[in-house]
Amino acid sequence: MATIELKNVVKKFGEKYAVKPMNMTINDGEFVVLLGPSGCGKTTTLRMISGLETVSSGNIYLDGRDVTWAHPSNRDIAYVFQFYALYPHINVWQNIAFTLQAQSVKKEEIGKRVRDVAALLKIRHLLKRYPGGLSGGDQQRVALARALVRRPAAFLMDEPLGALDADFRETMRAEIKHLHITQKATTVYVTHDPIEAMAMGDRIVVMSDAAIQQIGTPAEVYHDPANLFAANFIGSPGMNLVKGHYHAGKINLPGGGIYTPSDIWKARIEKQVGDDQQVILGFRPEAARVVTQDQISAEVFLAEMNGSYMMLDLHLSDEVIVRIRTNRGSYSLGTKIHFDLDPQMVRFFNPTTEAALVME
Amino acid sequence: MSELILQNISKTFGSITALNDVSFTVNDNEFFVLLGPTGAGKSTTLRVICGLEKPDSGHVIFDGEMSDDLTPADRDVAIVFQQYSLYPTMSVYDNMAFPLRAPGRKVPEDQIRKSIEQAAEKLRITHLLTRKTVQLSGGEMQRVSIGRAIVRRPRVFLMDEPLSNLDAKLRESLRAELKHLQKVEGVTTLYVTHDQIEALTMADRIGVLNHGKLIQLGTPEDIYDRPANIFVAKLVGTPRINLLPVERQNGGWNITGLEININLAETNDLPESFMLGIRPEDVSLNPSGEYPGEIELSEPLGVETIVHIKSGTAEITCLAHGLVQLKHGDTVRFDINKNHLHYFDEQENRI
Repeated sequence: MATIELKNVVKKFGEKYAVKPMNMTINDGEFVVLLGPSGCGKTTTLRMISGLETVSSGNIYLDGRDVTWAHPSNRDIAYVFQFYALYPHINVWQNIAFTLQAQSVKKEEIGKRVRDVAALLKIRHLLKRYPGGLSGGDQQRVALARALVRRPAAFLMDEPLGALDADFRETMRAEIKHLHITQKATTVYVTHDPIEAMAMGDRIVVMSDAAIQQIGTPAEVYHDPANLFAANFIGSPGMNLVKGHYHAGKINLPGGGIYTPSDIWKARIEKQVGDDQQVILGFRPEAARVVTQDQISAEVFLAEMNGSYMMLDLHLSDEVIVRIRTNRGSYSLGTKIHFDLDPQMVRFFNPTTEAALVME
Repeated sequence: MSELILQNISKTFGSITALNDVSFTVNDNEFFVLLGPTGAGKSTTLRVICGLEKPDSGHVIFDGEMSDDLTPADRDVAIVFQQYSLYPTMSVYDNMAFPLRAPGRKVPEDQIRKSIEQAAEKLRITHLLTRKTVQLSGGEMQRVSIGRAIVRRPRVFLMDEPLSNLDAKLRESLRAELKHLQKVEGVTTLYVTHDQIEALTMADRIGVLNHGKLIQLGTPEDIYDRPANIFVAKLVGTPRINLLPVERQNGGWNITGLEININLAETNDLPESFMLGIRPEDVSLNPSGEYPGEIELSEPLGVETIVHIKSGTAEITCLAHGLVQLKHGDTVRFDINKNHLHYFDEQENRI
């Protein structure tokens, strides 16, 4: 069990920042997800915590102990990779026991710990098999078992589900989260998949351009994204972001629609952006409701059946598309529809700073 | 105008049957998706259509013309692969021009320029035309591959998991673009994927393939609302459909493991025991709900939360609206929407 603390941690490759000065604390027993697109610095951060990568400056603390320059093997942290990195020539039992044998743990103790961890991950029937004959999901279970059996202070996981089929990914996602609930080990988990981040994280660290954009619980980053990047990246699809012109209590939207914010939002917009200014209206696909008339109108560009619901791509104007979620129905290309927005789920952003307007 | 017919196609590799009497028609302008897991025979089907693979029996018919003896080049189909396979040393423009400059075609250069510019605009890659392909991102490369296929104006478009290598975000936006492009251009398209969301959202019709056999053919609604068997029911829909064994007991129906009896409406036609399918969105949390349960796990996705409920010894997945704050061990009550139940017999077929 451990807390992990990063203080002004920086990584530069030549002149280029891979990670800009970063500060964060991961609490004991917490499951924290580093989320961002490829190249945002999330894996580099994870590798610095593990010691596989050195820091350019700053400090990393494990349970208050400065481990910035400690060898990876002295950090008591287990690392699970996207590609399972199992030894193909030894069986599952030996793969799991390997690190314990290297630490010269007693034979009976090894046997017990391997059996326990195999039971936990439901792979007891696979112990005599070789990794090559296992499915992707089972190989990743073995990789997890190998990490768990060490009983490390913390787990670092680098897209462990990335190589699995969609179907398996969902099952393993639930398994890893369930494992965390029962084991309560401090975990830092890296992914580019916002769904995975939402489903698994106690907190999510949204990253882009080598910097943290927002840290928050799934509900916080989903409902109150800190800026345009987080708003668009979280959610599947992301938040609709429509630039309009605010004047005298109304926002003129592209295509001629008008949105009237609540009085509280009017005050915030006037204070934080100003009257007669551009402002960005943000709303999630489920915040829109198709109505018979009034409010905002748009033309159906595409209707996607998603199983239990439909996702409509709507053209507000030639340039501006929004996506809204609605009940199953028949919407043909080019139809004009109207929608309004749930006032509780509307957010605003400053187009210049890209930051969300704050709720004072 | 083009139509593609596969007639009783079978193909074996040694003792392995890759395709077993597969027949379907892709209509003119249709977006047809072939959906199945790895090893179902999807890629073999594409290879047979292209002429890269010769079927043991059956025919491929383009616009009423038997094509069994046509070479791949003479079939006039374009294929987009999962791996982009662009020429790295050439510019985007030259990559797209390549098929048109093939010796047999003799397309004048000004006409080539015109088609490339049109396609580039639609795919929003005009600014990339002079770039080398190695400088492009994955999404851009796949746009170029699609562009290269479009400029040929083939009679049929074949796509082999073209979005699989892209990030989740990119996949989503390209999916919508691709679907829209297909509708606007009106190209007959056969699209192969293992991703059920791609199939549901993009297809006019879906063919579900498993172990080389066509299991079900229908619109996304048909496949989702009336899956032909348990395999299809499990393949489409996320999270996965709940499947619970049910037995007749004392005049009622007992869902094995569930502590309660459930009164099903259409009891008369059902056998003594069967499998009950309940989509997660048909399970709803309700403080005064009919059934008791305990939370195993909840996964907040944003617009909805996947809630894993334990009731008796049965595990039921529920898709709840919004972000529901529930912890492991919380007790809840839930209802089941009995208008949307699915029944499967012992052979796993829909009743």
